[in-house]
Order: sequence, then C-alpha cells, then structure tokens
Amino acid sequence: MSMAAIRWISGPVLRATVRGPFFLRECVRVGPRHLLGEVVRIDGDEITVQVYEDTTGLRPGTLIEGEGNPLAIRVGPALLGNIYDGLLRPLTGIDARVTAGARPAPAARLAFRPSRKAGATVRGGESLGEVSLPGRRTLACLVPPDLEGELVAIQEAGEYDDTQPVASVRTADGREVGVAMSHAWPVRVPRPVARRLPTREPLVTGQRILDALFPVALGGKAAIPGGFGTGKTVLLEALAKGCAADVIVYLGCGERGNEMAGVLEELPQLVDPRTERKLMERTVIIANTSNMPVAAREASIYSAITVAEYFRDQGLHVALMADSTSRWAEALREVSGRFGELPGEGGYPAYLSSRLAEFYERAALVETLSGSRGSVTVMGAISPPSGDFSEPVTSHTKRYVRAFWALDVKRAQARFYPAVHPLQSYSEDAAEFAPWWSENGNTQWLELRRRFLTLLDEQSRLERMAKIIGKDALPARQQLTLACADLVNEAFLRQNAFAPKDRVAGPAKQAAMMRITGRFIELSTQAVAAGVAPDRITRLACLRPLARMGEEIGDGEMEKFDAVASALETEFHDLIPAPEARDEAAAAG
Amino acid sequence: MKPRLLAEGCATRLAGPLLFLKRTVDVGLNEAVEVKGADGRTRLGRVAAADEETLTIEVLENTAGLGLADVVVRFVGQPLEFALGPGILGRVFDGVGRVIDGGPPIPAREAYPIEGLPWNPVARGVPRDFIETGVSAIDLMNSLVRGQKLPIFSGGGLPHDRMAADIATNARLPRGAAGDFAIVFAGMGLPHDSAEFFRRRLEQGGALERTALFLNLAADSSTQRLLTPRYALTAAEYLAFVEGKHVLAILTDMTNYCEALREVSSSKGEIPSRKGFPGYLYSDLATLYERAGCVHGAKGTLTQLSILTMPSDDITHPIPDLTGYITEGQIVLSRDLDRRGVNPPVNVLPSLSRLMKDGTGERYTHRDHPALASQLYSAYARAVQTRVLAAVVGEDGLSEADRRYLAFGEGFERNLVHQAGARSFAESMEAGWRLLKGLPHAELTRLSDEQIARYLAKA
Repeated sequence: MSMAAIRWISGPVLRATVRGPFFLRECVRVGPRHLLGEVVRIDGDEITVQVYEDTTGLRPGTLIEGEGNPLAIRVGPALLGNIYDGLLRPLTGIDARVTAGARPAPAARLAFRPSRKAGATVRGGESLGEVSLPGRRTLACLVPPDLEGELVAIQEAGEYDDTQPVASVRTADGREVGVAMSHAWPVRVPRPVARRLPTREPLVTGQRILDALFPVALGGKAAIPGGFGTGKTVLLEALAKGCAADVIVYLGCGERGNEMAGVLEELPQLVDPRTERKLMERTVIIANTSNMPVAAREASIYSAITVAEYFRDQGLHVALMADSTSRWAEALREVSGRFGELPGEGGYPAYLSSRLAEFYERAALVETLSGSRGSVTVMGAISPPSGDFSEPVTSHTKRYVRAFWALDVKRAQARFYPAVHPLQSYSEDAAEFAPWWSENGNTQWLELRRRFLTLLDEQSRLERMAKIIGKDALPARQQLTLACADLVNEAFLRQNAFAPKDRVAGPAKQAAMMRITGRFIELSTQAVAAGVAPDRITRLACLRPLARMGEEIGDGEMEKFDAVASALETEFHDLIPAPEARDEAAAAG
Repeated sequence: MKPRLLAEGCATRLAGPLLFLKRTVDVGLNEAVEVKGADGRTRLGRVAAADEETLTIEVLENTAGLGLADVVVRFVGQPLEFALGPGILGRVFDGVGRVIDGGPPIPAREAYPIEGLPWNPVARGVPRDFIETGVSAIDLMNSLVRGQKLPIFSGGGLPHDRMAADIATNARLPRGAAGDFAIVFAGMGLPHDSAEFFRRRLEQGGALERTALFLNLAADSSTQRLLTPRYALTAAEYLAFVEGKHVLAILTDMTNYCEALREVSSSKGEIPSRKGFPGYLYSDLATLYERAGCVHGAKGTLTQLSILTMPSDDITHPIPDLTGYITEGQIVLSRDLDRRGVNPPVNVLPSLSRLMKDGTGERYTHRDHPALASQLYSAYARAVQTRVLAAVVGEDGLSEADRRYLAFGEGFERNLVHQAGARSFAESMEAGWRLLKGLPHAELTRLSDEQIARYLAKA
C-alpha cells in the first residue's frame, strides 16, 4: 500500500508528498484516526486529497495511507431500516456527538439459504440464495456485478456475518473470489444493468396534485425547487411515507438535524398500508446534516444512489429522495474553491452540469443483470437562493428531469399544501400514463387532468382581470370559472400531510375525488347555461363536504364518496329545472 | 508533543487578521494560540493553515498595535475552549466569555470546545412542547417549540430590540417549573446604547437573574464578533445539557455577525460568493444554528431565537435567505404594520414555524389550536388579497363576503397581532375565535362542523 506525508493543509483539503503510486479518486486514510479521504489531483510527487471528516489537529508530516481502491461503500440487505452518514457509516450505536474517524458498519448476522449448487456457472447480479432479515422481508444474496465464474463452494443454510464469504467463485483467470451477503461497490460508478426499459407506468406518489397533474414515471426523475418555507421537506417526507415503492432511500444532504430526528421518530411508528409492514423496514436513511463535514456532503449523493441501485438490482422499485441537491452543489462549490479552481456561473465549478447529469442519469427502469425488472426513481429537492428558479442548479437540473414540481411561495403563505404551482410545474410523460390509469379505475384521467389545468390557467388570467374591473363585473360564465378553479384547489389539490386520512391518497380515492370534482364542474356549467346565478352555486350546501372530502374520507371508505356525489346531484337537480327559479335568476340578472 | 509551546521572534508577515510564522513548533490545524505583542495585550487566535515551512495564524481580535519584532505566540495545543461552571446565570460577559460585571470570576468546572461538535441525528430528540412568548402572533400563529431555532427577520428601525427584550422578560414554560428556564443573550456588534437598553430592561423585568448576557459591542473587533455566538452557545449547551435547563438563546444581530465574516473572509483573500459573502456562509451559519435542539436522555433543551436585520428589508438577501434554509421557520416584521402602529409589527403571512405541529394541539396547547391557526391564516391571506382588490375597484365594488373579509383583516391586525402587554395563550385563542365570528361559516373549511358549533355559534 502506498504512503504519503502531509506537506500543506487548510480546512478539508491537504497536499501530500507521495512515497509510492496513487491513482485519481483513490480512497485514502489520513493520520492516526484513519480519516477517510479521496485523491482528487496528482501532480508529480504531490497529491491533493479531499478529506471527508473534521481535520482539526492534522499537521505537516502526518502520514497518509492509500487503500488501493476507489472510494467504495459496502451494500447489502442489512442496510434496510438503518441510518448512515454520507459515507454509509452507521449513526446508530455511536456517540451523541459526531467525531472524526467513524468506523464502517459492523457485520450483521443474517440467515442465508443457498439456491445454487457448487459447479454452476454464475454471473454478476445473479442470486446465490435467499437472505432473510430478522422478522422482515427476504432478499437475494447477489453476486457482485463485475464477477463471473464457476461456483466452487457454497455454504449450507444458516446464520452468517454478512461480510463473511458464503460462497466461492473461480473466475476465468483462475482466481478464487469469496462472495458474501454484502459487497463493496465504488460510489461513483453506476452499477451495470442488462438494459434500460421504456416506461409507461407512473410511480404513484399518493399526492393528488402530483399523481393527477404532474405524474412522475417509474424510474423517472423529478425536481422539486422551492424557496425556504414552501414545504419541500414536508412534501419529500410525505412522498417517502406514501409513495408506492418497495424501498425508499432518503438522503438528508446538508439539511436540519431536527428534521432527521423527526423522520427517525416517525417512520418506525408508521405502517405501510400496502404491505402491512413498518415503513422503516423499507427505508434506508442517509443523513449528512448541515453542520457535518462539508466534503462528505459532496459524496453522500453518490452513496445514496449506489444504495438505491443495489436494491434495484434485487428486482425492486426504489425511490430516492434527495433533500437537497442545492446543498450538494454548494459543497461542490466550496471544495472546488479550496482547490483554487476557476469558478463558473454563480461561483459553481464549470463541471456542475455534467455532475448533475451523471447523478440523474442513474435513475431508470431496467432489466437487471439477472433478468428481473427494477427501477430507481429520483426526486431531488432544490433550494434556489432567493427562490429564483433561473439560478444554475435549478436551470441545469431542468435539462435532465422529466417532472418539475415548482413550489410556490404564495400558496405556501396561504398554507395551501402541497404548494406545487399548477402553472409552473410540468410532467413530460403525462400522456403516456392514461392507459395505466384506465386500467386502475380512472378512464377519464387524461381528460379531467386537461380540464383542471385549463381551469387553473383561466383562473390566473381572470384574476388579473378581476383585479381591474372587480369580480362582480365579470360575466356569469367567468365567475363560475373562478368558483370551479377554487373548488379544484380546495377540494382536490389541497392535501393535509398531517391528517391521518389525507396523508396518502391511493389511486381509487384519487379517481373518486377527481370524478366528483369533474362532475361538479360539469353540473355547474349546465346550471349557469340554464340561467342560474353563479353566487347561488357558491352557496350550495354540498360545497363544504366537497371541500373537506379529502380529510374526512379515507382510502377504505369509497362508499362515502357516493353519498357526496348523490348530494351533489340532488342539489343541482333542485337548482336547475324549476321554471320559477329560472325567472328569479333572470330577474336577479 | 507537549502542549503550551512558545514561539518567539519567528513572525514573518502580518496581513489584516493573519499572522504568518516560520514553523518552529509542531502544532495541528485549528488549535488555539495566544498572540502577545509589544503592547502587552494578549489576543486569541487559531492555526488556519500549515505547511512544512510556514504556519498561518488567524488572530481573532484586533491586530492593530501588533508588530513582527516582539510577537510571542503561545500554542495551547487544543482548539479554543470555554471553562464553565455553576453560577453563570445573572452574569455579564464580553464577546469572548470574560466576566465584565465587576463580580468574581466563574468557578470553572470543565472546559468545553467553543466550536462544539455536530450532534449525531440519531441522538437528537424531536422538539416537542411549547414555549409561551406572550406574543400572540408567535404563540397562536407560529408557535415556538422547545429545541427549535426560529429567527426574527427585522429591518433597520423596527422594534426588534424591544420585542427581544419583551420575549426575554415574558417567556415561560406553561408546563414546567420557573427554575427550569434560563436565557442566554448574545449581542453581536451592538451599539453601546442598545447594550445598555438590554441590560436595563432585563434588570427591570427581573429576568437578569435567569440570564447569561454576552456583549460584543459595535466598537469591538469584527474577528471577535465571530467568537461571541460560539461562546454564548457553548454556555447555552452547558446550561441545557449539563445543568438540565430549558434554555432560550437570543442572538442579536446575526447580520452584524455575517458582515464580520465577510470582512474576515475578504482579508484572507478568499473567493467571494453572493454579495461578497464567502461561499461557506451557509455551512458557517449552520454550525451556529444547528446547535439548537433536544437530545435523548438529556433533561434540558436549547431553543434559539436569533434576530437579524434584513439589509434594505430584502428577504432575498443572502443573510436572511440562507438563514431561512437552516432555521425551522421565521418571524417576519413589517415596516408597513409598524407605520400603522401595530406592535409588535409581525407580518404573519411570510412567517412560519415549521415545528408548530409538534409542539401544539391537545397535549401541549389546546386541541383546537392547529385548526384555529390554519383557519386564521387562510382567512387573513384572503383578506390581504381582497385589500389589493379594494384598492383598485374601491370598497363599493366588493361583494358582501369580501367586505367581511376586509373587516376581518383589519380586526386581525388591530386586535390580535397588536397587543399592549404580554398575552397569555388562552387570551390569544379567545381573540382568534372572536375574530372568526364575523366571517361566513360555510367558508371556514379548515374548521370541523363541531368546532364551528362550539366556538362560533351566535351567543
């Protein structure tokens, strides 16, 4: 192993004189506490190292040891249900204060049951047997993607440490390689797949405004930009709790410690309605709070996506929530500044865009090496300075994502959550998902979506006009448009993340609510056409239950929607036909 | 190697706060030093960078009067520390933790590094339970929770000093003993008269004896200003996690702190980012704000209420912007309300307390508090919108419902936000329900039917 000695140090960056060969991006250990670092530049006999931990106390002359490998993390089934720092070292079981020199995760004792026999030919990504987590689900013991050869030995069923080999593979060049239940993988290298698949299916998020108006594809990419206080984190947490994925990787990157504490307290108590298991069991949390070392923040995003890819390779659908990619970009900027690199737009290094692309491009729906179907869906929050969406991180991210969920300060200030702006947001894949929704009980999905969006668009134009001439001066039809748009917002799009029944809306509930809201628009349009004054419609008694149906009716109570719907029909029936009512309306008009 | 090494006569260069030494001793990064010049004054500093020949010392106090010839540098061998012990409440300190009230020194029991170490997120408890500030716009609309960091965004000339002093005097734990509560007050770059104002107000209100006061005056050096919040928060952490008190740390004014950071950064020749502030402003502020919180197994909590003045009232300025991304919400003061005589002039619409849901409701304040706050928000937002409309089309052009919202908005500012003295939480709730009575009940969609029947039925 190569050694080097520190020549110069400042903050998280050091330069050292080498005694032996190093390569770029090699993982190194610094000083007596074995701080983790990475070689970022080589110049003659001098290397520049980025250190991922607090460098207090390091001094010229301190020794550095090369690991001979690129920066890698150990991925395995035992990751599920646990919390790690940005370099995948466990945060449980250590001190209350984060100090430098953390150790990698200790071995976990897991039950293994072989499914292959010695003598078989195995390839990367294939399963050697079942791994069951204590009291939890069963996963596969994967052959590392870059390994291929003859299985020369495999252990019998039993409990083993997940770092200890349970099988041995002889490669074509005659080496024998041990395969454990977990394996190391370099974080900056995408894990290989058989092929990428086109996606025609949405990832159901459980948030009506997203699923109905701006759906994200299974294996797709979504960005959530929003100024502070617009509810990015609440939305991401709601997605982590409610979205229909098998595994959630939640990355808290440069965010608040109290938020991570909240997630850690809440998730173990919540139950996934689809599987009846604790939500924590499907979750891996990676936390690098804003006061933890900045260089590790830069690496944490790669650790997170590598973990996500590992579970994808198990044939699972994984959702990765990154909160927030701006903090990652700022870490990149801070470290780049320490290297003395030439700053580009907004002070960010010129390679910001390509790094963002590298990250988002690792999201996909794929056929894995073992032939099953898995996906990684990425949802990245962006915290643009001053809420200005033209800044570099937002504008570069926009080039790589297909769903854009812009959060709006105005909506957030009126406590309208999720504060997704219906006119600034978009989903490029929406039209693809109509067949999926048809199969899942919402044949009118595309049409109602279009109608809601048109209404909201008209609302913004009419409100501008109403500001000038007054609302009452608008023609009846336009007054109705405003009333209907209000209803779409209040009854359908607003969703209370803290109300037990409204937290997550399944496809059936969404379809019912969409249908009822659509029906109201239809009936009220007919009524106004028949001469009913708009303010009589806004006074209807059914409006209140309609506006509160999200909070009052749960996923398993579909019959209650019928009551709301029939009240709607009756009240409009009473409103429209009687000729005297029509005269009255005419007299009032 | 042994700590407490001396280096004499090896200074090669002085530039602003930076002192360059020939490297004659073996010391590590970030370790503390004491720099003594020919003038006999001792200044604190730390090792900022090191290579084989040179040590770069960042002097954390004024370097005027320092020369190269007679500089003596003493190396402490570890990062800066603050020695603390019982009896720091009721005392007044300068910006670097030295007693300045003429009393005896603090009996030091243990020394704590002033930078603190980041809390492991796993060790943190979720902030719960309510701190009553006596301000309705905070208690009712944006509740402060134990362990939260909630800044006040103010502007030059707005009454944030008075508000901070009022909160320091009136704040209490509705469900805790009075002796459990302590205040750490850190003034950074305070003009002399403001410092006097705080000291007098706390004394008059009887709050000084539960307060540790740290004062860095406007005339003190800006490098020292960077240390003041760190000393104050170290004391606050000691009170919270060693003595087990519920501590409210009031830091004012964070804008002065950030200006000092910019000054020091530029004298180091660092590449500036937005508005000349260093690129690490976010990370640096986080090391202060993130020291608030609750810890599993510790009795006490540390809550932060920092005050910053937005340069030219601009909320998108880097200081409030980055602060808002770290803290759990913000209380925004408005010049417009101040002009109309509303005191405290809290604009509730851009204000937010992210942790409110965890510290309010049945177990902490009142079962119907969250719904009431949500309904007041939504109604006030509509009232403000209607006000814009009324300004264009005139009040006569408004519908009946709109006129009622207009009246509600006026009443909300006059009778809820505005208050003559401290208000208890129950009084704030009552004021809220009274206001909602004037609105059409059918439109109160954030309230349940039962809440409407109970609180809003005509008497």
